[in-house]
Amino acid sequence: MNFDPLTFLGQTLALLLLAPLLSGCIKNWKAKLQNRRGPRPWQVYFDIAKFLRKDMVISEHASWIFSLAPYVVFLTALLAGLMVPMISAPAPLRLFGGVLAVIGLLALGRFFLALSGLDPASAFGGMGSSREMTISAIAEPAMMLAIFTVAITAGSTDLSQIAQSTQSATWKLLNPAHVLAFAAMFVVLLAETGRIPVDNPATHLELTMIHEAMLLEYSGRYLAFMEWGAAIKQLVLMTLLVNVFFPVGLAGPQASAAALGISLVAYLVKLLALSAVVVIVETTNAKMRLFRVPDLLSTAFVLAALAMLSTFLFG
Amino acid sequence: MMESSAILLTFTLWVYVAGMAGALLFQRAERLANAVGFGLAALGGACGVVFSVSSLAAGQGMTITPVTLWSGPIPGVRFVVEADALSCFFVLVVSLVGLAISVFSLGYVRTYYGRKNVGVMACVFNALLLVTTLVFIAGNLWMFLIAWELMALLAYGMVSFEHEDRETRQAGVLFFIMSHLDAACVLLGFLVLAQAAGGFSFASFRGIGASLSPQQRDVAFVLFVFGFGIKAGIVPLHIWLPVAHPVAPSNISALMSGVLIKTGIYGLVRVCFEFLGPPPMWWGASLLAVGTVSAVLGVLYALMEHDLKRLLAYHSIENIGIILMGLGASLMFLHTGHAVLASLALIAGLYHTINHATFKALLFLGAGAVLHATHTRNMEEMGGLAKRMRWTALFFLVGAVAISALPPLNGFVSEWLTYQSLLHGFGTTTSLVRLMFPLGGAMLALTGALAAACFVKAFGITFLAQPRSDHARDAHEASLPMLIGQGVLTAACVFLGLFPTVFLKLLDPITLQLTGHQLSQQLTMANGLVLSGVAAQGGTVSTLGIMLMFGCLLPVPLALWAVFARKARTRIAPTWDCGQRALTPHMEYTATGFSKPLRMIFKALFRPRREVQREYDFSPYFATTLRFESHMEEVFLTRIYRPVNYGLLRLSRRLRALQAGSLQAYLIYIFVTLVALLLFAL
Repeated sequence: MNFDPLTFLGQTLALLLLAPLLSGCIKNWKAKLQNRRGPRPWQVYFDIAKFLRKDMVISEHASWIFSLAPYVVFLTALLAGLMVPMISAPAPLRLFGGVLAVIGLLALGRFFLALSGLDPASAFGGMGSSREMTISAIAEPAMMLAIFTVAITAGSTDLSQIAQSTQSATWKLLNPAHVLAFAAMFVVLLAETGRIPVDNPATHLELTMIHEAMLLEYSGRYLAFMEWGAAIKQLVLMTLLVNVFFPVGLAGPQASAAALGISLVAYLVKLLALSAVVVIVETTNAKMRLFRVPDLLSTAFVLAALAMLSTFLFG
Repeated sequence: MMESSAILLTFTLWVYVAGMAGALLFQRAERLANAVGFGLAALGGACGVVFSVSSLAAGQGMTITPVTLWSGPIPGVRFVVEADALSCFFVLVVSLVGLAISVFSLGYVRTYYGRKNVGVMACVFNALLLVTTLVFIAGNLWMFLIAWELMALLAYGMVSFEHEDRETRQAGVLFFIMSHLDAACVLLGFLVLAQAAGGFSFASFRGIGASLSPQQRDVAFVLFVFGFGIKAGIVPLHIWLPVAHPVAPSNISALMSGVLIKTGIYGLVRVCFEFLGPPPMWWGASLLAVGTVSAVLGVLYALMEHDLKRLLAYHSIENIGIILMGLGASLMFLHTGHAVLASLALIAGLYHTINHATFKALLFLGAGAVLHATHTRNMEEMGGLAKRMRWTALFFLVGAVAISALPPLNGFVSEWLTYQSLLHGFGTTTSLVRLMFPLGGAMLALTGALAAACFVKAFGITFLAQPRSDHARDAHEASLPMLIGQGVLTAACVFLGLFPTVFLKLLDPITLQLTGHQLSQQLTMANGLVLSGVAAQGGTVSTLGIMLMFGCLLPVPLALWAVFARKARTRIAPTWDCGQRALTPHMEYTATGFSKPLRMIFKALFRPRREVQREYDFSPYFATTLRFESHMEEVFLTRIYRPVNYGLLRLSRRLRALQAGSLQAYLIYIFVTLVALLLFAL
């Protein structure tokens, strides 16, 4: 396995540039579906550029954790993204970690995000941290079980390996285990990216918010890194879903330029389709009460457990 | 080579003895007693590390020679030591942690000057290190049991060191009772083996299980699981652990949580893998199940604690559970005949053993430094310490990241190995049992995520935001020896995290001895940079690579800063306070509040109860006084231990009728017993 600097650079750029656009698209479509005009899809780029240029206000109570966290959040999301195959099957950093490392890195980012919520001594931030850690804790077993289902079929935790093995047998896409695991992962995706019905990304200064509450004291470039990191994390999780559970069109190693082109188109189509589903779910549902969220996530766990059981029965 | 390592081991033991003697000798001069006692303990620890690393590195060239320490006055009673690979590994654990704690103690025990006898403490500390090492290298039953018992007694002495507190005395008694229960179970288990072996040396026990009947083996296994399980603190035998560990002085808590509970793990590995012979399926399956339950319940209870040291003690239960998951899976693979996977799972368990020893000791030392600075264990009275105790905060953060199994530190590596063995376990058998592996993996994920939540709470409430009390406001950084002690363990965590492929070579002789395979070659890829799952395409991970990539990608945000934010200024201002006058520490999130969502979600387990009393003049929203009380039911105490306890007391009240105090009655008892025995003999 040799390291290919070109793929590495390409994927880094793709992650950096595609993530804000995807967030923008989701915002725009959501507005359209709700009969609003909504911000332009590329508005998020302008937001980030503006945040980067702005002066920063830092809380007098905050410690060095507060300044460290934006970098950790941003870099862990980026690094996790480099381990997930986007356009061609061996991801650039495949050797440095598979799905367990991806989950671990995202958890590391979340750990620092939650600490930075507590740091400025504001009750909002503490509340956000508490809820974020709670929800991620109950989402984690469902996610792990769903991933175990596909990993066991592939005999590997290596994402590229899993994608290739799913791809090689197309009928497996309609395997009940696969469908159930996909459904479980979709619910986890909603929770992990802070979407309705778990969290509301559009709300500010309400007691219902989770992710935004932790960012409340951030401004300037730190806020830019935090927002951008969150967008990259969302892109990474969605890529994981579409490319690992639905690797149609994904180019293999040493693919030709044409194959890569097809793969890129297929990837974008799948990504936009998944975003459309997220938009529809967000628009047609109301946000749940916090203590109803465990019900939703335990549904995801049961789905994943059923997926595992059907692997046992049919696999 | 062998000669020199034997000399080194003997030297280590004598240094501990010298430390005991020196500390006692100078007990009138506290400073001298401290320097001599803990200085020699540190020297002994360093020698022990050198000895065990060099022995393990020698690998296959390692020969095992039993050495008789003392023949004793009673015929047949000999005290033999024998350091094989497994022993060396555990000696490494005790020596490394002992070294760091000794250095820490040089600074920490100053707090006891003039109040307590520091000489006695240093003496007992050395003795504890000595007997724990002896437990690990014991070569026959006499040596093992005597050292085991001494360890319990000395630890009891240290638990009740601050015996002025009623709470401490009660904890000591509970520890004492549970220790004896475990010693009794272990003794009975070994007697089953000794009966079959016809001797007491561990050499004669090897593989003796094959000559026992299946029922005898099962009985022995259950006894050992109970005995060693109490020591290790598995659920539901754990109740002494969160009571006894926090009340001991912090350096002793670190030793107990980091090392002493590992003697239970050592015993289980020794007995299950060496003595009892080929394991039936249910042994491994039950260990895996018990491990899973311990891991999840341990971390859930930890979340509900706001006593920093109790929180850490509950995390020990969690981590013992994770270790047992590895060991249980390994036994299951041995049953199904997958020796390579068995080695992988065993390595996962052992790697987590040393990892837990390092980061748990580190966290306890950090808690000790915080306790030293703030004079409280209650997290609700801390806060803002990251600014006042910079280094301690940094070390504690490293420990917190490590114990939460986050990359790139050591907790992640051993849990990664555990996940890999669970993942491959699914294919080893076709029975329903194989569903245990993915479910175990899911529960391990739950454990990891809850541990992260718990340490966000522990670190965030303790070290971040505003100080919640005057004690925390006046906190000061720990003294230099205390920082060095924590620094040593931090370095160990980072090393074990970033260079697992280097360290795993040391485990080769152990897996060779217990499962007949050595895996470090197969686990290493790409010039030792990358850790690989054993199966051909099983997956790879490289913590070092992740760390390097952080370095490679760091220019991205820095460049953005340079390009966009050159002119941006930074202003320090108050936190946004919703238009109130100013934020006070009372408005901060508390540890209790932080864990409230999880308390509500798992309320079937915690059975929370709360009482709120409010006094107000005109509207309940403007209370003049407020009293809030919250309790949780300790299910294991109320549902298991208390009924058993009452039953025992009732039984003994009944039996009191026999002991009426009249001489005639006792004579009749003796007579009846004699007749009964004679009849039995005939």
